[in-house]
Amino acid sequence: MKLVRLRAIARKEFLHVFRDRLSLAIAVALPLILIIIFGFALSFDVKHVPLVVWDQSETQLSRELISQFTGSPYFRLVDYARNYPELERAVDSGQALLALVISRDFAAHLESGRPAAVQLIADGGDSNTATIALGYANAVARGFSQQIAVQQVQQQRGLTLQPPIDLRPRVWFNADLESRNYIIPGLIAVIMMVIAAILTSLTIAREWERGTMEQLIATPVRGIELVLGKLIPYFVVGMFDVLLAVLMTELVFQVPLRGNILLLFGTAAVFLSGALSIGMLISILTRNQLLATQLAMVLTFLPADLLSGFLSPIENMPRAIQLVTYFVPARYFVTLLRSIYLKGVGVNVLAWEAATLLTFCSLTVAVALLCFRKKLA
Amino acid sequence: MIERIRRMLVKEFLQALRDYRMRSTIFLLPLIQVLVFGYAVTTDVKHVALAVYDLDNTVASRDLISRFAGSGYFEIVNYVYDDAAARSLLDHGSVRLVLRINAGFQADLAAGRVAQVQALLDGSDSNTAGIVLNYSNEIVGQANFDALVDRVTRVLGTFQRPGQADLQTRAWFNENLESRNFFVPGVIALIVTLITLMLTSIAVVREYEIGTIEQIMVTPIRPIEFILGKTVPFALIGFADVLLITAVGVYWFEVPIRGSIPLLLLATGLYLLTSLGVGLLISTISRTQQQALMTSFLFFAPAILLSGFVFPIANMPPVVQWLTYLNPLRYFLVIIRGIFLKGVGLQILWPQMVALTIIGVLTFTLAVRRFHKTLT
Repeated sequence: MKLVRLRAIARKEFLHVFRDRLSLAIAVALPLILIIIFGFALSFDVKHVPLVVWDQSETQLSRELISQFTGSPYFRLVDYARNYPELERAVDSGQALLALVISRDFAAHLESGRPAAVQLIADGGDSNTATIALGYANAVARGFSQQIAVQQVQQQRGLTLQPPIDLRPRVWFNADLESRNYIIPGLIAVIMMVIAAILTSLTIAREWERGTMEQLIATPVRGIELVLGKLIPYFVVGMFDVLLAVLMTELVFQVPLRGNILLLFGTAAVFLSGALSIGMLISILTRNQLLATQLAMVLTFLPADLLSGFLSPIENMPRAIQLVTYFVPARYFVTLLRSIYLKGVGVNVLAWEAATLLTFCSLTVAVALLCFRKKLA
Repeated sequence: MIERIRRMLVKEFLQALRDYRMRSTIFLLPLIQVLVFGYAVTTDVKHVALAVYDLDNTVASRDLISRFAGSGYFEIVNYVYDDAAARSLLDHGSVRLVLRINAGFQADLAAGRVAQVQALLDGSDSNTAGIVLNYSNEIVGQANFDALVDRVTRVLGTFQRPGQADLQTRAWFNENLESRNFFVPGVIALIVTLITLMLTSIAVVREYEIGTIEQIMVTPIRPIEFILGKTVPFALIGFADVLLITAVGVYWFEVPIRGSIPLLLLATGLYLLTSLGVGLLISTISRTQQQALMTSFLFFAPAILLSGFVFPIANMPPVVQWLTYLNPLRYFLVIIRGIFLKGVGLQILWPQMVALTIIGVLTFTLAVRRFHKTLT
């Protein structure tokens, strides 16, 4: 490998990248747009769930239960239904996600010490929101029961009571349970995969498609110089994106960065080289830009998005899929990012992830080089 | 004219499907997406890893622990005996929750004092942590109720057991609250957008990039024929993918389809006007396949994220919620999920169909106009 030739290739590729203003602008704007959307607009936090109530009991006790629901920040009373069709329409049209039906004998049952039935119907279409909303509703009903019990005992015996067990939650790493603190660090991994997928996957396929590859082969340039030379400019663009993303997280969204910033950029550099080499590998193997694009989507962007634990925790996936995720490099990087950001832990805790990431990266670079040599021959 | 369009269609189909790798990607991509969304994207929180940190070690503390273990929500994976061990488990992410019961728990309960229990939560995944907190509150709430009754009975001898509001929950449209019923139908929207947008924009731009556009210009083909040739094949591929995903969803994942499939295809057709239109628009501003790909992505990513596909629109800030009314995917998803899960028809979905038609016709006309200009 000669440094002169490597530099020449890198320079040529830099020119390609910087001359194409539209692509470059998108490569910089896309991460920003993604971060802004994720940071400002998207959230799993369930609040103000629209609720419709059908109160058949119409007693002081039933109104008390309803006011416990409306008093909680998680529910928003949108309407009272007077019969079943009204209730059904509210849920069918999506006006309400939850419907609370308080039975006619609610108060009588409570007063005589029997379980008083309350029916809660959830629109299960969005299963996540429904699960969380049902959890909140359970908590409200539990609190109501407790309050009634205490009141009844007080009325009967003139005792004052407190709930015996006091559960004190202490949330570590993300005290206010902000979903943005969870999502944004992981997003950095996804952004880098996107860059790799849409920038590098085309670079060698383009040379083949336009016929300029023959000209390159005719020069004394070697495979390793060509591949590395082509990687360097995209690496620079990618690292610039990481820098932008980290700055945005810090300045705009104030996600706490508790760990070592050098470790953050170090692992990012390792992951980026691996991701870019995958893109390069796809490009080498397909020699067709359209095909490379589609493959890059399936092999890089999709797993980084869905199988890395970025959106949904890996431990909830079925066993077989969990095994697959071990081969998704973004998995390790997402864990690293979150741990560095929120937990502030260092290499001692993250050794396994860091080592795996390093191995993966060296492997893909090596395979990309090997494949290129074979394709040429 | 019919003859020219037919030739153009044949050429495009040949080009799109000639390469066996391309053939397989066009149909593999949707399959992989459906499988991943059906299996991997699950927001169901079960078997949460729990570590017990029991400093009391009495009948009462063990009773509370067994309530957690028996709830079905938690799985005790570890017992710890000091702060450092608890901290390390949370640091490594091996458990989500450490339940710390202080010494004197049973004594406090017996003496009628408030007994403190600490729940140490890993909050980094805020969504899961919120659900875990809900579960814990529910379990402790029930324990409290029982302890209260117990205590009163002990102090006062007999007394009338208080009534309880018995919350019976039922989920409509998705009885077991399975994530896949929410996500798998949505994949239709995702795939139709991805395939038609990228294939259309790239198919046009490739002619520029490899120079064959000049050859097409010298043929007697008219712009509208060219446009049809560049869109109809991908629309057909889009329809095929819709049927493919529906089949896999229904027969493999057992996602219910309660509404009408013809209505689903009609909605797909209306939506295709928009996505093909945007694909054409992108091809008018891009000169290389890379530019087309990146511009497509620039449209695709926000459109998917702000459609309600994964993140509910109701959780977005009001301004963004207004913006989503411009997003055709939003309407398409409501229609798809309405047809699959709720089994509703036009009498409920007509506003969405109208919105799709308006956006579709506007986009497609605009695209055809601009395209005419760039071609001549």
